[in-house]
Amino acid sequence: MKLAAAIIATLAPLAVCLAGVAAAAPPEQCEVPQSLLDTDVDLSRVLNAFKTNRRIAITVIGSGSSGLNGPDGAHSAYPARLEDVLKQQLAGANVKVTAHVQSKETTAAMVSGLDKILADDKPTLVIWQAGTVDALDGVEPDDFRDSLNDGVEKIQAAGADVILMNMQYSPHTESMFNISAYADVMRAIAEQHGALLFDRLAIMRSWNDSGAFDLYAATKKYDMARKVHNCIGWALASQIINSARLDATRVQTTQ
Amino acid sequence: MNRSEQPQGWAPPSLPERRFCRENDAIVTIIVDKQMISQSSPVGALLPSSTERDLRLDLFRGVALWLIFLDHIPQNIVNWFTIRNYGFSDATEIFIFISGYTAAFVYGRAMRERGIIIASARVLRRAWQIYVAHIFLFTIFMAEIAYVAATFDNPLYAEEMNILNFLKQPDVTIFQALLLKFKPVNMDVLPLYIVLLLFFPPMLWLLLRQPALALAGSALVYVLAWNFDWNLPAYPNGVWFFNPFAWQLLFVFGAWCALGGAQRLSGLLRSRIVLGIAFAYLLFAFAITLTWYVEPLARFVPGWLSAWMYPIDKTNLDVLRFAHFLALAAVTVRFVPRDWPALRSPYLAPAIRCGQHSLEIFCLGVFLAFAGQFIISEWSGGPLIQVIISLIGILIMIATAYLISWYKHMEGRGPTARAKPPDADFAGGDV
Repeated sequence: MKLAAAIIATLAPLAVCLAGVAAAAPPEQCEVPQSLLDTDVDLSRVLNAFKTNRRIAITVIGSGSSGLNGPDGAHSAYPARLEDVLKQQLAGANVKVTAHVQSKETTAAMVSGLDKILADDKPTLVIWQAGTVDALDGVEPDDFRDSLNDGVEKIQAAGADVILMNMQYSPHTESMFNISAYADVMRAIAEQHGALLFDRLAIMRSWNDSGAFDLYAATKKYDMARKVHNCIGWALASQIINSARLDATRVQTTQ
Repeated sequence: MNRSEQPQGWAPPSLPERRFCRENDAIVTIIVDKQMISQSSPVGALLPSSTERDLRLDLFRGVALWLIFLDHIPQNIVNWFTIRNYGFSDATEIFIFISGYTAAFVYGRAMRERGIIIASARVLRRAWQIYVAHIFLFTIFMAEIAYVAATFDNPLYAEEMNILNFLKQPDVTIFQALLLKFKPVNMDVLPLYIVLLLFFPPMLWLLLRQPALALAGSALVYVLAWNFDWNLPAYPNGVWFFNPFAWQLLFVFGAWCALGGAQRLSGLLRSRIVLGIAFAYLLFAFAITLTWYVEPLARFVPGWLSAWMYPIDKTNLDVLRFAHFLALAAVTVRFVPRDWPALRSPYLAPAIRCGQHSLEIFCLGVFLAFAGQFIISEWSGGPLIQVIISLIGILIMIATAYLISWYKHMEGRGPTARAKPPDADFAGGDV
């Protein structure tokens, strides 16, 4: 056991380095059908902040599925991966991703802490991952809707763009608790407020269907979880770059 | 007098039958003209009461049971054929409506012929049977969960695995399940059905005397439930997924139709205007549903419409869902007459047979959906496996329905067997 831990401890930084080297383009595994990233929503505040001072401050608020346990979990989880990818893709930009991840936190609880987070981070973009804990706890979808609604209004009033991220696709627990009602609420709230919905559920499902990941697999290892988070980081980054039209800006500024 | 009590070789006199029809025009729609039976069958008078019933009910309930089974396997490619993808309502509405219809048909007759005590006792016995069936399903569900908890692990799903936490306190969980407060996903329909039946005797009593008043009362409860957020509490949080205060409307409406309401509506149902409205609404619902699956189309839905329309609430039987069911029913009644020859064809017989044993087949369907989902997740099933599992599931449901018929026949509840006291299972089929 100790030996295994020692090997992991030595190899993990190496793996991270390798990932860093290889990360100039997303791994093939991370490919997402374009239709899942297409959106009409503009992240105009992100674009403005980027234009004026080449700065993007992103705050991630989420529950357990926004983090990873295990060695080097924080750096392998998607918020950190997103920061790395954005820094690479937007060379020279000042990108900062701050993650507020609290496992088992319902959306209502997240909203109650929102003012302080917004005041501290002063984000240009908030990525709000929600729904899983509410579905697990059986929070009434109407209450979930109200909380989400309040939160999105607060964030937008604070001058930040919003990305709502829905649940993970989890085939083993799919028949054990019902997430679809909560996913529907998130879609409706995003539409209502002109927020962007990052459809993690559909994206992960597409990975499972295409065979990129076998999400049915039972494993105690962290490899697959890290890869999935890496791909989510990539998918988020390309969604942000596309919706904020940062690629156009980048071409202009580098020319 | 119940027909299945009649001894072999006994032909009921036509006079009481006719008088029965005249006195109770409510029942007229159900009773097939005796002459027709005699013509179509040499033993017309001996046919079991099941031939009196509207086979369309069995057919559509059978189909609804198949659809519920298919919908309960998440990520099943065959789901694309189920009606929930083509409109607002789904198989649940069909099931609850037809259940109300048959409950009124069977217990309504019992209440007229044998009085309120006997009829109520039979309704309550039925509720008890459904309760036992529900607890049986719960046990199977617990076994599946416990197995997954013991064998499945993946750090990616650390959060989702919290669903298994309830295994840590079986004392609470099992009690809450017995109280019908803790209901695993997909196990919401039977508790709804139990509550609907518990309150059915007084409702039936009223329906037999003042059908319009009963229906109005039911509608009032529906409206009040919407206004004051009435629902039953669930465990660990929240409320029942199928709000009984809302869904009772569909059940009572079905019962009202069975007791003469359908007859009263028949003029309306024959009108071209109604048919036109029904078609237009079905088309509208289809177009809206399409936007859920084809994202780019969503932009064509005007903002005011979405603001007014969404959410389309299943828990509280959204009025859009109810209207969708009504439209579907209006169109169906129009194009599938009760004497439709295909109803006697061997191709539809399997669905009809499933519809006639609905409680057993419903439970079997929930179990098969668990099992199918389990197989898909254990062996990473692709589309082909999903299709095969869906087909095998439906075949098992059909085979079981025939097996149950065989048992009932053998035990003396069939047409040629010795007469036995009737029960809800055969006197007009399951409720």
